[in-house]
This record gives sequence, structure tokens and C-alpha cells, in this order.
Amino acid sequence: MTLATEAGLAVELTDLTRVYGSVRALDGLTLHLAPGELVVLLGPSGCGKTTALRILAGLDQATSGSVEVGGKDLTRVPANKRDMGMVFQAYSLFPHLTVRDNVAFGLKLRGRDGAARRKRADDMLELVGLGIHADRYAHQLSGGQQQRVALARALAIEPSVLLLDEPLSALDAKVRVQLRDEIRRVQIEVGTTTLFVTHDQEEALAVADRVGVMNAGRLEQLAPPAELYSSPATQFVGEFVGLSNRIPVEGSTGTTRVIDVDVPVLAGSATGTGFALVRPESVSFTPAEGAGGGQATIAAIAFLGPVSRATATLDDGTLVVAQLDSAEAATLRVGGRVSVGIDPVPVLVVGA
Amino acid sequence: MTGAGRGFKIFRAVLMVVFAAYFFLPLVSMLNFAVQGKASEKGSLTVQPFVNLWQDEDLRSAIIASLLLALFTVLLMVLLLVPTMIWVRLRVPELSRVVEFLCLLPLTVPPLVIVVGISNVYTWVNYLLGDSALVLTFAYVVLVLPYSYRSIDSALQAIDVTTLAEAARSLGAGWTTVITRIVMPNIISGILGAAFIAIALVLGEYVFASLLHYDTLPVRLAAINKSDTSTAMAGAFASIVLVSLLLLGLSFFNRNKTVGVEGVKER
Repeated sequence: MTLATEAGLAVELTDLTRVYGSVRALDGLTLHLAPGELVVLLGPSGCGKTTALRILAGLDQATSGSVEVGGKDLTRVPANKRDMGMVFQAYSLFPHLTVRDNVAFGLKLRGRDGAARRKRADDMLELVGLGIHADRYAHQLSGGQQQRVALARALAIEPSVLLLDEPLSALDAKVRVQLRDEIRRVQIEVGTTTLFVTHDQEEALAVADRVGVMNAGRLEQLAPPAELYSSPATQFVGEFVGLSNRIPVEGSTGTTRVIDVDVPVLAGSATGTGFALVRPESVSFTPAEGAGGGQATIAAIAFLGPVSRATATLDDGTLVVAQLDSAEAATLRVGGRVSVGIDPVPVLVVGA
Repeated sequence: MTGAGRGFKIFRAVLMVVFAAYFFLPLVSMLNFAVQGKASEKGSLTVQPFVNLWQDEDLRSAIIASLLLALFTVLLMVLLLVPTMIWVRLRVPELSRVVEFLCLLPLTVPPLVIVVGISNVYTWVNYLLGDSALVLTFAYVVLVLPYSYRSIDSALQAIDVTTLAEAARSLGAGWTTVITRIVMPNIISGILGAAFIAIALVLGEYVFASLLHYDTLPVRLAAINKSDTSTAMAGAFASIVLVSLLLLGLSFFNRNKTVGVEGVKER
């Protein structure tokens, strides 16, 4: 099977700004993608992530800033001359063409002869596991299958960059996880530099080499998933990515006192009175009678399979959520008294 | 089968019969009248009126003129309307209200008023392009705009034009390719619908042609009707049957198409 042979190209977005009327959808975005890298832009709707992707695709024009791929300036190049493969959130297969002809469409426009087109289209369909459906039409496929064909179609043209615009949003949960892993496998196999846009943080953390969290048209933090999760740089990132407890603290200098434990604080933390963002897996509950700062009452226990999530109310009224092994959670009961333990891993402190 | 179900079946059958009678009785009467021949030759059936349709030189040229008019009207309408509507939808959606208003406008002005208005224009058209009946094409395109617009617009609404166009562009398609090879094949039922309705309108149009003094099929038929009613009836019968077959074909074509389109949408 012949896949994309050349290694991926570097992508350079420099100071991109996009203004719609009085709204700055994109506000000075600078982003570098290394060859072959998969970068996810993550953020709530309206944060500018899709605008960034569409500007890279040439489907939207930046008000200012530049787009470079493989050292070539593409800022003024129209979308159909950019050689980028794109998968859309909405189903985008051409309804009047078979699956194979959909995948071969880009090759036909490039003047490849019939046999070569067919071969390449079948190879790409094989790659996404849909070889047997080549003669079907889009309306005969499920949503997940349609998106896989769309991926094959985008990759068939050996694109310089692969663009994925919330490709999984329209699918149901189970298919979403499957296809997410499959997209990553295929992307690693073909080695195409990829920009993936999503509002789903779990999806972002699962597939990315690096995740860029966006808010209000700006890039808040760009980091590998593990770093993003353990060391959020801003309040927005800390609250948007993963679950966090907000536990009140009294100011911080290097460390802060969370309940009864001294915990190091991350750079970028607020210094005054505020809240420490503590991950549920850093919290533990131990059954214990008594009263005091570290004492709480279990309010609810949710069983999630291998792990469980327990919620307890501190005596001052603060709610604390802990993620525990289910075996451990089995020793707790709703209404029972526990003492709250905090792992001393670095936390972000945010202003009140 | 439940009683209610049987009741409904009977009701449906009665409705069918009533509508069929309403539709076919006049047709059968027309055919009957046409083949009875002249009053003097009562008793023997004749196909002479139908033969006349082709043998009468004036009538034949009127039929050819009407058929050509239908063809040119459809061609010009498709060439004008389809790219414009796709373009407006993709690139200047804020103009879609204006285009819709312009296209529906001819519906609100009585044909008689339009004719009076454009008769001056046609003095110039005749001067520049000659006085063949085919110059009516321009007026007829305007006349069929509202119906054609509706038909094409509903076909466009059934597909996600924007996403399909963007997908095609990202794969390397220029705007012409997007319109001819992606959008048009997917709205073909709407385009055919527009075309058939245009044909039906053009073949039956009398006011424009008559007042602007062009010899088309309806004008000729009206003239013949004064001297040879049988032939006029045969002509009317033939054109009604032709148009009905066209529209019937359209509804079958549409039914086959919509299955596919809905299948795509529901997922």
C-alpha cells in the first residue's frame, strides 16, 4: 500500500487576526506545527479555533497575519490551490458519487488516470477499513463510516496538511472514541502534519502531540496533553481542562495551605486569597470520626467502573470531589465521616 | 382489517375516482369531439384533425416555434438562474432575499400589464434581432422565473451546499467545477422540475404571444378554432397530453430522488 511518501511539512501561523464587524474572532494567533505533528486547538465555541483552521484552509481570509506551509507563503493562495485535506463537522460526502468516486475526486481534478485513481482510492478506503463499501453511496453509510470516507478522501490527495474541523462532533459517544483512536493511528501512519479542532477536552488530550487551549481569540497555553493537565498556565486552562475542585486558600508564596496540607503552587498562580484548583485524583477520603479542618461528611458516591467519584462536604460547607479506586470507595458510605487527604502535587491558585 | 381502515380505503378510492373523472372527462370529451369530424360527416370517426396539425403549414410552424421557444426558454432560464442562485447562496447570502423578491415579482404583476410594459421594449428587440417568434424567449424567461426559482430553491435547501462546496474546494475544485460537478448533479431534480414547469407554461402561454403578434401554438389554435374546431381541439388535446406526461414524469423522477436525499439527511 502506498501512503503519503513525503514527510509532513511545517506549518507557521503568524499573528493571525480575524475581525468580523466589531468582533475579534481571532486575536493575534501565532502557532507553529512541526512536520508530522498533530496539534489540537481546544476551546469553547466562539473561541476562534475554527476560524484559525478555516484561515489555514483558505476558506476564510485573515484580517492580518500570515500563513506559511513548508516555507511557502500561502496567505493569498485560494483554498483550491492549497493542497490541504479537510474533514468537516457536517457530513460532506458528495451524495451523487459512490464512496470510491468521492475518494478519487481530488485525484481526478489533479488529472490522474482512471486506474491510478481507482488504486489509490481503494488503498485509502482499505486504510480506514471501508474497502468493502467502495461502491456504496453516502446515504447507505452510518455517520461514523461517512466520516471515515471523508478522512480517506482528504488523505487521498496526499495533502500538505490535514485539517480536522470537529470531525467527531456529530457522532454518538462510542463511535466517537473508536474513530478518534483510528484517526490518530492513520495520522501517525501517513505522517501528515495535522491541525485538529475540537471543543471536547477528552478528545483533545487523547489524540494530540500538543494541545493549544484557546479563549476569546487568543492562545492561552500550548503544551503536550500531560503537561497541560498537570501544569495549567492560566485560570481558564485550569478550569476548562479536566475536573477540578475549587478549594479556598489564604494566599500563597511558593506553597499554599489546602485544607490541612502544604501544597506547592504553579507559576501563574494568584498570590492573594483565592481558590486552589485540585484534581479529584489528588484527593483521598479516609473513614474517621472527629471534627476539624480536614473532616468531612460523604454526600454522594458515583460508581464509574474501575474508579468511583465521591463527593464530601467539609465542615465549612465546601464541596470536595475525590476520584478513588472503586474498591476503596466501597469502604465509604453516604453520611459517613471522613478525613480529607490532599496529595502535595503542584496546584494552580486562582483569584476569588 | 379494522372497520376504520376499510372506511379509509373506500374514502380513498372514491377520492381517486372523483379526481380521475375531473381530470380525464374533459380530455376524453376533447378527444371524442376531435375524432368525430365535421358535423356533415357524422357517424364515422376520423384522425384527420390530428393529421391537420402537421399538414397545415401555419399550424406546423407554430408548433415548431412553440417547441423551440420552450427549449430556448429552459436553456436560458437554467443558464441564468442556476449559477446565480448557487453563487448567491455560497458567496452573498445576504442578497438571497433580494434575489427571491426579484424572481417572485412577475407573479404579482398581471401578464396583461407586463405585455403593455414590454411592448415598447419589443419594438427594439424586433429591430435588433428580427421578428421571429423566438424572441419571446426573453419575456418567457421572466414569466417562468417565479416557478423555476421555487423549484431550484427547494432542491438547494435539501443539500448542504456550503459544506459540499468547501469540501470540493479543499480537494482542488475551482468555482466552475464546484457548480457544474458538485452542486448541479445534486439539485438535478429541482432543475428538471423548473424545466418541465417552464415547458408547460410556454406551451400554454397566450397573452404575450397574442398581444405581441407572434404565431405560437396557442395563438394559432385560437385562430383555427374559429374555422375548424376539430383541429383546434386535437391540438389542444395533444398539448395537454404532452404537458401532463412531462409533469407525470417529473413527479416520478422526484419520488426516486427524494428517497436518496432524505436518507442522507436523517443521519
